[in-house]
Amino acid sequence: MSKPRTSMLRTLFLIVVSFTSMLVVTPAWADWALNLTKGVTPISHQVYDLHMRILWIMVVVAIVVFATMLWSIIHHRKDKGAVAAKFHHSTALELLWTAIPIAILVVIAIPATKTLIAMEKTADADITIKITGYQWKWEYNYMGEDLTFFSVLAADSRAVVDKTSDAKPEDIDNYLLDVDNPVVLPINTKIRILTTAADVIHAWWVPALGWKRDAIPGFINDNWTYIEEPGIYRGQCAELCGKDHGYMPIVVKAVSKAEYQTWLVETKQKIAEASSGADREWTLDELMARGEGVYKTNCAACHQANGEGIPGVFPALVASPIATGAVEDHINIVMNGKAGTAMAAYGAQLNDIDIAAIITYERNAWGNKVGDLVQPMTIQATR
Amino acid sequence: MSDSETYFIPEPSPWPVVGSLALFISFVGGSLFLNGSAPMFGSFILGLGIAAIIYMYYAWFSDVISESLAGRYNSQVDVSFRWGMAWFIFSEVMFFAAFFGALFYARVLSVPWLGGEGAGFLTNAVLWPDFVPEWPIDVIPNFSKFTASVYDDVIHAWGVPAINTLILLTSGVTLTFAHWALKKNNQKGLVRWLFVTVCLGIIFVYFQAGEYHEAYTELNLKMTSGIYGSTFFLLTGFHGFHVTMGTLMLAVIMFRAMKGHFTHENHFAFEAVAWYWHFVDVVWLGLFIFVYWI
Amino acid sequence: MSEAAVHDDHHDHKPTGIGRWLFSTNHKDIGTMYLLFSLLMFFVGGAMAIVIRAELFQPGLQFVNPQFFNSMTTMHALVMIFGAVMPAGVGLANWMIPVMIGAPDMALPRMNNMSFWILPFGFTLLLSTFFMDGGAPAGGWTMYPPLVLQTGNAFPFLIFTVHILGISSIMGAINIIATVFNMRAPGMTFMRLPLFVWTWIITAFLLIAALPVFAGAVTMLLTDQYFGTSFFDAAGGGDPVMFQHLFWFFGHPEVYILILPAFGIVSQIIPTFSRKRLFGYTSMVYATVAIAFLSFFVWAHHMFTVGMPLAGELFFMYATMTIAIPTGVKIFNWVATMWRGSMTFETPMLFSIAFIVLFSVGGFSGVMMSITPVDFQYHDTYFIVAHFHYVLVTGAVFALFAAAYYWLPKWTGHMYDEGLGKLHFWTSAVFVNILFFPQHFLGLAGMPRRIPDYAVQFADWNMVSSLGGFAFGLSQLIFVVVVFKCIRGGDKVTDQVWEGARGLEWTLSSPPPFHSFTVPPKVTEESAHG
Ligand code: HEA
Ligand code: HEA
Ligand code: HEC
Ligand code: CUA
Ligand SMILES: [Cu+2]
Repeated sequence: MSKPRTSMLRTLFLIVVSFTSMLVVTPAWADWALNLTKGVTPISHQVYDLHMRILWIMVVVAIVVFATMLWSIIHHRKDKGAVAAKFHHSTALELLWTAIPIAILVVIAIPATKTLIAMEKTADADITIKITGYQWKWEYNYMGEDLTFFSVLAADSRAVVDKTSDAKPEDIDNYLLDVDNPVVLPINTKIRILTTAADVIHAWWVPALGWKRDAIPGFINDNWTYIEEPGIYRGQCAELCGKDHGYMPIVVKAVSKAEYQTWLVETKQKIAEASSGADREWTLDELMARGEGVYKTNCAACHQANGEGIPGVFPALVASPIATGAVEDHINIVMNGKAGTAMAAYGAQLNDIDIAAIITYERNAWGNKVGDLVQPMTIQATR
Repeated sequence: MSDSETYFIPEPSPWPVVGSLALFISFVGGSLFLNGSAPMFGSFILGLGIAAIIYMYYAWFSDVISESLAGRYNSQVDVSFRWGMAWFIFSEVMFFAAFFGALFYARVLSVPWLGGEGAGFLTNAVLWPDFVPEWPIDVIPNFSKFTASVYDDVIHAWGVPAINTLILLTSGVTLTFAHWALKKNNQKGLVRWLFVTVCLGIIFVYFQAGEYHEAYTELNLKMTSGIYGSTFFLLTGFHGFHVTMGTLMLAVIMFRAMKGHFTHENHFAFEAVAWYWHFVDVVWLGLFIFVYWI
Repeated sequence: MSEAAVHDDHHDHKPTGIGRWLFSTNHKDIGTMYLLFSLLMFFVGGAMAIVIRAELFQPGLQFVNPQFFNSMTTMHALVMIFGAVMPAGVGLANWMIPVMIGAPDMALPRMNNMSFWILPFGFTLLLSTFFMDGGAPAGGWTMYPPLVLQTGNAFPFLIFTVHILGISSIMGAINIIATVFNMRAPGMTFMRLPLFVWTWIITAFLLIAALPVFAGAVTMLLTDQYFGTSFFDAAGGGDPVMFQHLFWFFGHPEVYILILPAFGIVSQIIPTFSRKRLFGYTSMVYATVAIAFLSFFVWAHHMFTVGMPLAGELFFMYATMTIAIPTGVKIFNWVATMWRGSMTFETPMLFSIAFIVLFSVGGFSGVMMSITPVDFQYHDTYFIVAHFHYVLVTGAVFALFAAAYYWLPKWTGHMYDEGLGKLHFWTSAVFVNILFFPQHFLGLAGMPRRIPDYAVQFADWNMVSSLGGFAFGLSQLIFVVVVFKCIRGGDKVTDQVWEGARGLEWTLSSPPPFHSFTVPPKVTEESAHG
């Protein structure tokens, strides 16, 4: 019996010690991404401090409890001749170990309450941004600025996920954590952030800002942030939202106020350019070329890049009755979506040219050979 | 008989496993019907399953009744049955609690929030600027999906619902009369009062059905009429279903009473059904107050 | 006819053939079926976990597509919780409660059989969804709308599985309550009940109060999907978050449904192998009641990020923190029981000690998550995944292993292979930590849960975790060998089996007679709980 005992002891000791020590050394390894980020806002600093304080308290409680147990295991063993004592309760002790945890919890609760109250103070913001989650992309609306755009997973990551590229995740900068259009925010500005969703629940989370918040269809949640350092901060959707939940990253680019102003002007210009030309006739080749790109960013997540969909979940567009049938039905489903399914109304999301291009593309790609083309003006007329 | 020195353990019985199978068949059928993958076949299977459930109940209770009549139950078995029935009813209470919870949540939280009260200020301002919170809600927030069925009116408390309240309360009293009769071993009175109770149950269901008919054909108040219609029909519907089951149970008890199954000291089946009926009664009071009245 | 059926059906005169199992009214046979079924489901759910861990072994998509990955996560959780841990608990209750309180059987034996037989049918319903259009449910075990409404043909199957399993559990719970309240032997007062029995009555009340709410909630999902209601749709005046409130009103008590019987098991085992009475019996009982009571007021700690009003966030934070107090009482009582005992370390004791340590680790991360402002960071990351696997795997599952080793000799009459048992323990205890501890780091570093693929900086710890997972999974095969060998044969054991064991179950022969106590034993303070 003595062999298993010593090995048991050793291993138990190892488990207890190695885990408490793992917890203890955590802060020292912060660069190695073992611990919560300190973040770049006053709130995120408070949250980090709170986290560390509770973590330490837990470590101390753990050490006290486990050490007592270990002592007992080492000394009060039958094969060491220990004889069982007879006591089986002690009111004083029991009161004591009810009271001490209460005290500990109060010590934790006070700063926690303060931080929470600070987090709720959303008033007096300088700018307000409305963020809408879609399956599977984010829409950013700079309220009062007439600026709205979508942000989806960057093309290089997408290609790896879709297996259309031979690259390995390690070959790509910020695999899964990069987007086409980052959301640009000014530093040293109180920014109010509203979250909502268009289809299912998502959650907007950038760890460096110190919080996450659910984006719930039909409701608005509000929150705020105040970024103190310029930089690029990455995050992800943090609420299961279907197939591509893992593929809707968030990138915040924090810049100086002046740069922010320039960016606003430039971006608005770019968007205006992209939707100019809606009033002219487009050729099939032009529409096909544009359609392919827009299809990849907006539709391929469900209907797949090859148009074959996922049987039983997302219908194939190849030879589909709608994509090869009457053009009105096709326009209708893309513009208005289909209520109660994952198929969203794209009329509100894309401009006339993009919609015309997608529809044209779908009707003439992957062996669909309807041959007709839909002009942006036709789309405009349906609005 | 009621010596607790010995115990009663039933012999192996096929009905539990038959019952499990029957439930399974019903749910498979119901699923195929609902998801539209095989509606005809599904409804057939569902029917089969329900028939099997009914048969299982019949057979199982036949066994229990004959054991009871043979005097094989001691007082301990009786008490076990009582505990069983009581906590079954409690589980039903919690089931209704979920639906009442939904009603309160909608009335106290979600509708006011959508209308801009309290935490919902931004929700209303940004997403539903035209929505005004009221209960019953008049205009549903928005969306093509639901606006199709804005209703003209709701069912008001002081019409049929008030009469139905009276009916159910009366049925509780008549059932108690039946119990008193039974305690005095007045078999005739027992059957007579049970009959009155069953009739009241049937009338209640009949009125309720009329109310639904009116709602659908005249008021345009439907399940699809937003949260008001949803809570209204789910709560009253599940309650109506319980009244129907209760009435059936009372009817069975009535027939058993006619066969003289109950004595003034041994009539747990009667009491179990009576408890159930009173529970259905109390739930109705909740419905009357929170769904129809205030 | 005053003689009871028991007497017709003489001691080891058992029904034979398949009918013995299909038509059983015997608590031990039903208990055995429950236990074997739950072992099977543990492997089914475990196989899914292995798929998850294999996919997460390295970044990029390796084996499965994201949709199927989500199905794996969802079904893994449903199978483990409703198929493995809950039925194992009920199986133990079936086997042990009658013999612990001095009864011949459960109070309602036929209903008992139905509670069991629903399970295989229920899981057929659930697992069949893998072969349907649209695949198995993939919206997470929490089934939040609107996402869950995108489930394909599997949708009604999912809902009805919840209903049918709910029926089974409620019947089981009613049976346990009726048995404990009505079938105790003379002298077995409430304050003499073994703690396992106590924890089970409380669990039964939790089941009866919580499950119907869940059934109601999924019923509303069904009507939203097929009958045009709008409970969970803002467009009609409802709220998707309402479902979360209803779900967690059930879901939080549910986690205590999983852990309270485990507390009971450990409270039986620690005194036995410490050869010392349980410390603070009364406070153990009160702590259990307190945990159960509090569990109905903390549900929204799963929903801190949905945007509740400040008062709500504060209330649920304080309430959740409070649960650490009665749970702490339990932990301290166990340690005090060991203190100055005369301990030996057979496999059940080893699993129980590991339970205390590792469950506490899970509890500590639980307390961290109860702090609302910090939970905004932890929520929906692997930190949560680490927390709940510590309380579920090294908590509930370890306690179940402890129970199995503790009572196997009683059930079979044979000693299990202690060497293999110890091997099972040490491999499990080591690998489970390699499996789940690094997930804390992943979560803190920002890895969300429920994703099939991840950024490259999370690669190292995921690989460690997966390796731990494979090894932990393989270790479980040892358990099967032990159980199989023990059923087949082994050294004969005495009635008492363990030197320090106390309580009625150890007064019966090993294995106990077919109808446990045909004549009620007289219970005294001495022969009562351990
Ligand atoms: C058996 C199951 C079980 C158990 C027992 C617990 C126990 C606890 N859980 Fe856990 N929990 C889960 C299963 C469980 N949990 C699951 C499955 C989820 C995720 C569900 C999902 O989203 O899918 C979850 C999620 C979860 C969350 C939500 C996190 C999020 O999603 O953001 C929270 C937040 O508060 C929480 C808290 C707690 C707390 C405070 C306890 C407490 O009961 C712990 C108490 C124990 C101790 C504290 C240790 C011992 C005490 C002492 C030694 C005394 C001294 C201690 C102090 C003074 C602190 N749990
Ligand atoms: C009691 C409940 C329980 C139990 C026992 C387990 C056990 C395990 N769980 Fe589970 N888990 C949950 C409840 C549970 N889990 C819940 C509630 C969720 C959340 C779901 C959601 O998000 O909706 C979850 C989610 C979850 C995730 C996160 C998925 C995600 O967010 O994407 C992961 C990932 O590592 C995981 C892993 C494991 C592993 C490796 C085990 C292991 O302990 C399993 C070990 C057992 C075996 C492996 C089987 C036995 C052995 C064999 C079959 C032999 C063959 C083995 C090999 C070839 C290696 N679980
Ligand atoms: C989130 C997933 C998703 C995205 C993204 C998506 N769709 Fe769909 N789409 C669906 C679903 C689901 C259906 C099936 C709806 C139904 O049940 O009829 C569908 C149906 C369609 C159909 C009808 C196919 C048929 O024959 O029934 C067309 C055409 C279509 N989508 C085009 C598009 C276009 C164009 C885009 C991008 C601008 C797009 N979809 C993006 C999910 C999606
Ligand atoms: Cu969007 Cu997850
Ligand atoms: Cu919880």
